[in-house]
Parts: sequence; structure tokens; C-alpha cells
Amino acid sequence: MSAPGMDRSNLRTPLKDVTGLGSAKSGTHHFIVQRVTGVALVLLTIWVVGFVLALVHAGDYAHAREMLRHPFAAAWMIAFVVVAFWHAQLGLQVVIEDYVHARWFEIASQLAVKFVCAGAALAGVIAIIRVYIGQ
Amino acid sequence: MPQNARPISPHLQIYRWPLSMALSILHRATGIALVIGLLLVVWLLLALAHGPESYAAARAFCASWPGLVLLFGWSWALFFHLCNGIRHLFWDVGKGFGIAQAYRSGIAVIVASLVLTGLVWACVIAQGGAA
Repeated sequence: MSAPGMDRSNLRTPLKDVTGLGSAKSGTHHFIVQRVTGVALVLLTIWVVGFVLALVHAGDYAHAREMLRHPFAAAWMIAFVVVAFWHAQLGLQVVIEDYVHARWFEIASQLAVKFVCAGAALAGVIAIIRVYIGQ
Repeated sequence: MPQNARPISPHLQIYRWPLSMALSILHRATGIALVIGLLLVVWLLLALAHGPESYAAARAFCASWPGLVLLFGWSWALFFHLCNGIRHLFWDVGKGFGIAQAYRSGIAVIVASLVLTGLVWACVIAQGGAA
């Protein structure tokens, strides 16, 4: 199947090429997940700002660990890290789609963004779990 | 890219920047900056998991002048992206599309982000500095 609209030797309009093929049924998925993670982050971020201020207040290492050992704090922080990197990946994906036009570089940067976001989220989650179940 | 010499429309730099255009590009810019800030959060968490020396090193960076400048910038970027994100959510449900409304909400976002940034740093200073 040739890409719709690319073959200008025949006189069919691009619309004619694609009608009847059905929708991909996932066009709004990215949009919706970006909003859902955004709404979640409104709540998660407000708490994290307060937590970071409490960490500044706590000062020393032992006290900071103790704060993150609270089950609620650990769970909330894990949720924040996962959702924030998810939202970040969705956002950066759109920026790359908009501004990067060299195909190979677009694919390479999309992969890099996905790997870095997934890797950093995993590292954050493992760090929280290590503190949570640590000695 | 068209090779022939057709007339083209004026590009972005021709236009006066309306507030909504400036805030739109700032939303993207702050979003990108916040990803870097998020990596710093992960670094702090890893330091906390690793041991007292790593945590002290991370805190020392945060308390240094370059660290404080970055943290201050990130805190404003965070509150701007948060407030403007809420503005976007209202647009997503079809509210606030009038030009006057968009200007009002845009100014509200700027003021709110500055007030919240000021509040957070007032808390930090009241607690005895960032160190």
C-alpha cells in the first residue's frame, strides 16, 4: 500500500485513498493519557513540594530516610516518579515530533527519550524501595 | 521544502508576541527544563538510598550557588507548568476560550506561579536557608 497522498501520478485525492480503511482507533489515546497523568501530577506535585520542604527542614540523613520510610510517603513518592516520567515522555515525544524532521534522528531521539525516562523512573523506584525496606 | 519562488506567509518573527503565544512556548520550555529537574530528584533519591556521604554531596550541590540558581529556576518552572497545565485542563473541557478570558487566565498563571515560588523560598529561608 502506497502512503496516502504521496502518489500524485493518479488523480485520486488523498482522502479517497484513506476512506474505507477505518480509523486507527488510537488517535486520542496519547492526548487522554497526557491529561490523566497531568491531573494526577497536580495532586502528586503539591504533596512532593511539601515533602521536599520538610526534607530541607529535617536536614540530616537519618531523619530524611526516616521520612521516606513512612509507607504513605514511599507510595506517594513512587507514584510521583512513575507518573512524572510518564508525563515527561509523552510531552517530549510531541516536542520531537514537532521539531525534529530528519527521520533517523527523530527515531533515535524518540528511543533515547523513552529509554532515559523508563530507566530513570526505574532507578527512582528502586531507590525508594531500598530506603523503605532498608535497615 | 518548496523549491519554486511562490509567495510565502510571514514567519513567526514578523508578529508581535501575544501573551498566549509567549505562555504556550514557555509551557514547552518549562516542561523540558522540568525533565532535567526530575532527573535531579532521582539523583537525590539514589543518594538517599546509597548512604550519608552521597546524600551530603547531593545536598552540598543543592546548597551551592549554581545549585541554588538551578533550584530557583526549576521551582518557578514547576509552578508555571503546574498553573498553566491547570489552565490547559480548563481549555480541554471547553472553558475560557474568549480572548479576554485567555489574557486574564494567562496573567493569573504568571502571578500565581510567582507567588507560589516566593512562598516556597520564604519557607526555605524561614527554616534556616537551603543548606
